[in-house]
Amino acid sequence: MSGRLNIAIAGNPNSGKTTLFNLITGLNQKTGNFPGTTVEKKTGQVIQPSGQELSVTDLPGFYSMYPKGEDENVSVQAILSSIKDKKYDKIIFVADAGNLKRCLLLCTQLADLQLPVIVAMNMQDIALAKGYDLDLELLSRKLAMPVIPINARKRIGLKELLKAITEKQETPPTSYFPSNPEEKSLADAVFKVTSIRNYYANMLLSQHLSLLGNEKASMQMLISGLGFDARKHQAEDSMERYARIEEILKTVHKKTKNTTSKEVSTKIDKILTHRIYGYLIFLLIFFTLFQSIFTLAQYPMSWIETLFAWASNSLGEVLPKGIISDVISNGIVPGLGGVIIFLPQIMILFAFLTVLEDTGYMARVSFIMDRMMRKVGLNGKSVVPIIGGMACAVASILATRTIENKKERLITIMATPFMSCSARLPVYTVLISLIADEKYILGFINLQGLILLCMYLLGIIATLVFSFIMKFVITETGKNYFIMELPVYKWPVWRNIYYSMIHKSKDFVGQAGKVIVAVSVVLWFLGSYGPKETFSEIDKKFEAMSFDSEKEKDTQMASEKLEASYAGIFGKFIEPAIKPLGYDWKIGIALLSSLAAREVFIGTMSTIYGIGDQEDNKSLKEKLLLARNSEGKPVYTVPVAISLMVFYAFALQCISTIAVTKRETGGWKWAIIQFLFMTFVAYFSSLITYQILS
Amino acid sequence: MNLSQLALGQEAIIERIDDQDVYLKLLDLGCLPGERVRLEFIAPLGDPIAIQVSGSVISLRKQDAKTVQVTPI
Repeated sequence: MSGRLNIAIAGNPNSGKTTLFNLITGLNQKTGNFPGTTVEKKTGQVIQPSGQELSVTDLPGFYSMYPKGEDENVSVQAILSSIKDKKYDKIIFVADAGNLKRCLLLCTQLADLQLPVIVAMNMQDIALAKGYDLDLELLSRKLAMPVIPINARKRIGLKELLKAITEKQETPPTSYFPSNPEEKSLADAVFKVTSIRNYYANMLLSQHLSLLGNEKASMQMLISGLGFDARKHQAEDSMERYARIEEILKTVHKKTKNTTSKEVSTKIDKILTHRIYGYLIFLLIFFTLFQSIFTLAQYPMSWIETLFAWASNSLGEVLPKGIISDVISNGIVPGLGGVIIFLPQIMILFAFLTVLEDTGYMARVSFIMDRMMRKVGLNGKSVVPIIGGMACAVASILATRTIENKKERLITIMATPFMSCSARLPVYTVLISLIADEKYILGFINLQGLILLCMYLLGIIATLVFSFIMKFVITETGKNYFIMELPVYKWPVWRNIYYSMIHKSKDFVGQAGKVIVAVSVVLWFLGSYGPKETFSEIDKKFEAMSFDSEKEKDTQMASEKLEASYAGIFGKFIEPAIKPLGYDWKIGIALLSSLAAREVFIGTMSTIYGIGDQEDNKSLKEKLLLARNSEGKPVYTVPVAISLMVFYAFALQCISTIAVTKRETGGWKWAIIQFLFMTFVAYFSSLITYQILS
Repeated sequence: MNLSQLALGQEAIIERIDDQDVYLKLLDLGCLPGERVRLEFIAPLGDPIAIQVSGSVISLRKQDAKTVQVTPI
């Protein structure tokens, strides 16, 4: 065997494609994007025991060669553009035996394109439970392509499938011929451009002009001249295929018994979509999700924090003194730490999401929530990202990909960052401790907890209100129906969950990580350097002074240098603008540094207020309470603290979110609008809050 | 009569689908004229609805279901 074989895995959503892909490739997977899109492309390289090298691509699930959404479009174009240069040596078509009729629609389309398709017949157990037995040999003859029974979840049939991949196979004959003169002239015209000797391929390519390169404009003219109606053609083509499929199924379907256990899934649905239990179970599941994101992630997060603090410290000691060592130990390493600290939460969130998706529950959540969400311009599928927004907007925005409706997806992306994410939690905690004691109302309601709950409610309300506004602002149109399959309930495949955790983490560190590290380095520079003259003056001043300890000298010097640094200059520069909100220049620096990530606030505050403090054992809370402004009055009064909390609740201080919004919306436009709008809301809400309260 | 007017558990045959976007999407999902459907369940707030058709359960909003003309059995 020589040369690498290019394999594509195609099939309907929920047919077990990804399970098969994970099974074939193991962890040797790479995720990227299909060119020009944000649709995730998964490829894997494996070497078979026989020495045969395979390169496998997992195409997003699609129902037919007539795409209805972004994901489907990607798969269709990947297949259409592979025809001419025979890019794929084999296409594994994963069929769901329980939904054979629908699967065969796409399967016969691929056959008519005369592609080397192998049918992997999956989920025969489900079909059997539904009362269907299949004559696979007969089906294989009727389709003129190999049909291999597999069970991806139980790893059955893999060997036979991989053997079939390496075998030569006859090209299936095409059954498609243009049904009227317009179709024929269109196909002939496309043929002149593509030289593909297949009517069906040329017909389909006429609906994807971007794949025809330079001939795009002339083809456009031709199509409008012919008055060709692509939608009518699609409807006729599909109806004709279903009629043929019906004939095939009559012979290969041996209906064994009347549907007996069909109804396990229906029974589960009776409970999970019940008008009372349905919502209760939904709340319970998401409550558990939250608790785990907070409580379970807390431990690995503190380990990561400790590890990076230690690394930063010891690097500072080990490396020779100088700018480079400073950048590494005080800029890059803490910056990296700031990224990696989110990994536990992202992994837990995606583990949960994968379980909910794999079992089929997610579709039900969308089903029961659609009505409510529609009122504010969202869709049933927005629920998960929005709830996930309480953990992390970055991960949640990635999760919006399942929303086909462009407008509703965009609204979800735009509104999700208003939810109070976990990075706001430490900020809220510190500020709440400044204004409220640990006391109980009515003996059992913790006052601090109550305020915290209010902050979360504020986030939820802002999200819904903003969605409602966006509903009128976003003009993006698309198909406005909401039709989806509710897949049969299945047990989750643990392997899939594990892979999803690993890949989402890689994705996050790779994409968002670069930006966060870059910004941290820049911020560190701004905070550590200032105009040369002022800095050398400070150096000279401290040379001349004497201190009780080296440490005291260092902290005092750091304090003056911070004020003189570019960040300090910036803080003073924006002071007039933030004064009406009740903030001074030091808070200004904290706001600037929290641009990279909100929780940086705590670190910045500790540094700034660590200043002039003889005893180091005071907590941040005590330091903040002792802070005095130039008039000798406390800085952190109740109005200031609340105004700050409101600011943090609304402002988009998260470079990762900006980066991920840019990536998922395919440009800077919406990322900039989101950032500006949220900053605007944050500023004016804080202003109003402070002015009313003080 | 249209699909949104079926009673829970009631079966019907699809006659035609008026909205072309809905028609083409439903075609992809194996839900086509001549096919037998059953109203499987209704979301708690009365919308969307879920139908059983050719082996799968499909959820659609009432506004989409209104464009699907059916004859009850």
